[in-house]
Amino acid sequence: MLDSNTPLEDADALISRLITEHQHRPGALMPLLHAIQDNLGYVPESAYPQISKALALSVAEVHGVVTFYHHFRTHKPGRNVMQICRAESCQSMGSEALEAHAKKCLGIDYHQTTADNAITLEAVYCLGNCALSPSVMMNDEIYGRVSPSDLDALIAEAKA
Amino acid sequence: MTTKIYIPRDSSALSVGAEKVAVAIAAEAKNRGLDIEIVRNGSRGLYWLETMVEVSTPNGRVAYGPVKVKDVPSLFDADFINAKPHALNLGLTEEIDWLKKQQRLTFARVGVTNPVSLDDYIAHDGYKGLKNALKLSGAEIVKAVTDSGLRGRGGAAFPTGIKWNTVLGCVSEQKYVVCNADEGDSGTYSDRMIMEGDPFVLIEGMTIAGVAVGATQGYIYLRSEYPHALVALNEAIEAANKAGYLGDDVLGSGKAFHLEVRRAAGAYVCGEETSLLESLEGKRGLVRFKPPLPAIEGLFGKPTVVNNVISLASVPIILDKGAQFYADYGMGRSRGTLPIQLAGNLKHNGLVELAFGATLRELLYDFGGGSASGKPIRAVQVGGPLGAFLPESQFDTPLDYEEFTKIWAVLGHGGIVAFDDTVDMSKMARYAFEFCAVESCGKCTPCRIGSTRGVEVIDKIRSGKDHAKNIQLVRDLSDTMLNGSLCALGGMTPYPVLSALNHFPQDFGLPAETQVG
Repeated sequence: MLDSNTPLEDADALISRLITEHQHRPGALMPLLHAIQDNLGYVPESAYPQISKALALSVAEVHGVVTFYHHFRTHKPGRNVMQICRAESCQSMGSEALEAHAKKCLGIDYHQTTADNAITLEAVYCLGNCALSPSVMMNDEIYGRVSPSDLDALIAEAKA
Repeated sequence: MTTKIYIPRDSSALSVGAEKVAVAIAAEAKNRGLDIEIVRNGSRGLYWLETMVEVSTPNGRVAYGPVKVKDVPSLFDADFINAKPHALNLGLTEEIDWLKKQQRLTFARVGVTNPVSLDDYIAHDGYKGLKNALKLSGAEIVKAVTDSGLRGRGGAAFPTGIKWNTVLGCVSEQKYVVCNADEGDSGTYSDRMIMEGDPFVLIEGMTIAGVAVGATQGYIYLRSEYPHALVALNEAIEAANKAGYLGDDVLGSGKAFHLEVRRAAGAYVCGEETSLLESLEGKRGLVRFKPPLPAIEGLFGKPTVVNNVISLASVPIILDKGAQFYADYGMGRSRGTLPIQLAGNLKHNGLVELAFGATLRELLYDFGGGSASGKPIRAVQVGGPLGAFLPESQFDTPLDYEEFTKIWAVLGHGGIVAFDDTVDMSKMARYAFEFCAVESCGKCTPCRIGSTRGVEVIDKIRSGKDHAKNIQLVRDLSDTMLNGSLCALGGMTPYPVLSALNHFPQDFGLPAETQVG
């Protein structure tokens, strides 16, 4: 991920390169959006005209796809993204208390970022770790059987 | 002599520290000058024992678990690499009762082999099915799959062979095989275990499907929440391409089959096959009207086989050992085995592959060991977020598609989530509507509007406002969603809602004696 000081020109050049890489694949839009978000952490709305031109779509169609999928975001997240599983298996093992604990400790609700930009909090519906509920994902790492004190440790690490 | 040590790379094992354990074992062995080789296997599926470390011995593999980093020095002190006693020693892995009682066909190699080693796969009977298939005509392969009785393991339980036959019968310059790996149901993880623990079996199954119906391109539509599965699949696909098991000329047969993984983006509804196809085409995942069936007009308008991971991963053994071998397992019209996933509030959660016919009670108590909290199990949800909640009085139901239909429940993808007696079933019903509202694609009104109205009505019931009227309203609304929705998301949300209401009326402020069923 580029750091927050990366000039905008670099992001534009990157997006152009990714478009060239992906535009000729069948059903190119999804892999392209993934590639952009993998690199930038989000899909900037300013890229819509470029994407739509390359894939012969309208800007509205690109916007429609980006906003349909929970995974894609149009704004830069915090340095870390924490996802708490809200699905049934995790509920049966106390995820509701974990959610409340996270929101209280971080002072934010879902889809928000802490004031120090350290953590963006998101809900997720199943991480496939249902044998070891409750589960939390921090960036690309999954944690199982997460207790409130485990969560505190994850938060402290992310803020460090 | 080098001792082989197995430490899983499965993401659930990683979620409780398998990576750190592997690093610690490697470091400790180096410090002590011991000659070991660490193999990163899939999980055996005994998740309460993860991280489960296995040591290879002349008598078989010996397991230790659950291993934490702090246990590593004491394991070496006890000479665990020579399988010596230790508090965490579980004995020979194959002799662990929980594993021994299972009938692992689809999961035969998971946890046993190095998932991304093609040599290991072949050494454990891999690619025998494809080699047999290449000697048969497309129609003969389809017949074998039909005769095996295999039905779609994703949840719909449609006979796989019949679906393949439709695609086989279509004339088209391009056909596709699409694997639905958007395993979004809560309580399910068997697809993930296959993709992380034995990706070649899925690749082989898809290749057989391609050879059978005449499709040259396959896509695995993988949920974005599975980063480790993505890595394992791509490593395995690369190895299969290099060795000629995929590509322009599969094993010199003159038949082409190419395979690519495409990442989903967190939309539950894309587990519905037509929504999945829209997404693969680069569109919003809106559900399509059927007909036309995807088998006739699927991906990019071409005939397409769309199957779940487990369905496709069950094909190689059918082609290897024969349709009858597979069909000999099971009961009634549910043939073969079902990989069951135990989840939620149970002591011994994990993967249990058994022939159809075992009862819920056996799974919850004999395998699951009862609740993790020690409190009574009050309800179980089978088949994901759109599956019914079952009370204790239904725990003797055998796992069989038709038996579950009889009690207005579904087996779905074989996920079982247990709840203890602290669960509030009206809250679970509210959650079912809420989940549907979050995940609705918005195309049909019953699902788009009904889900949000459902949350509101349950809130009124929970607060006691116009109670009798709103109980009736939630039943009417459920009826509309059941009969008027375009796909299973809106059409099955009433399963958890009404089963909660019918079996646990006291949680909705109704007297317990009104209980139905």
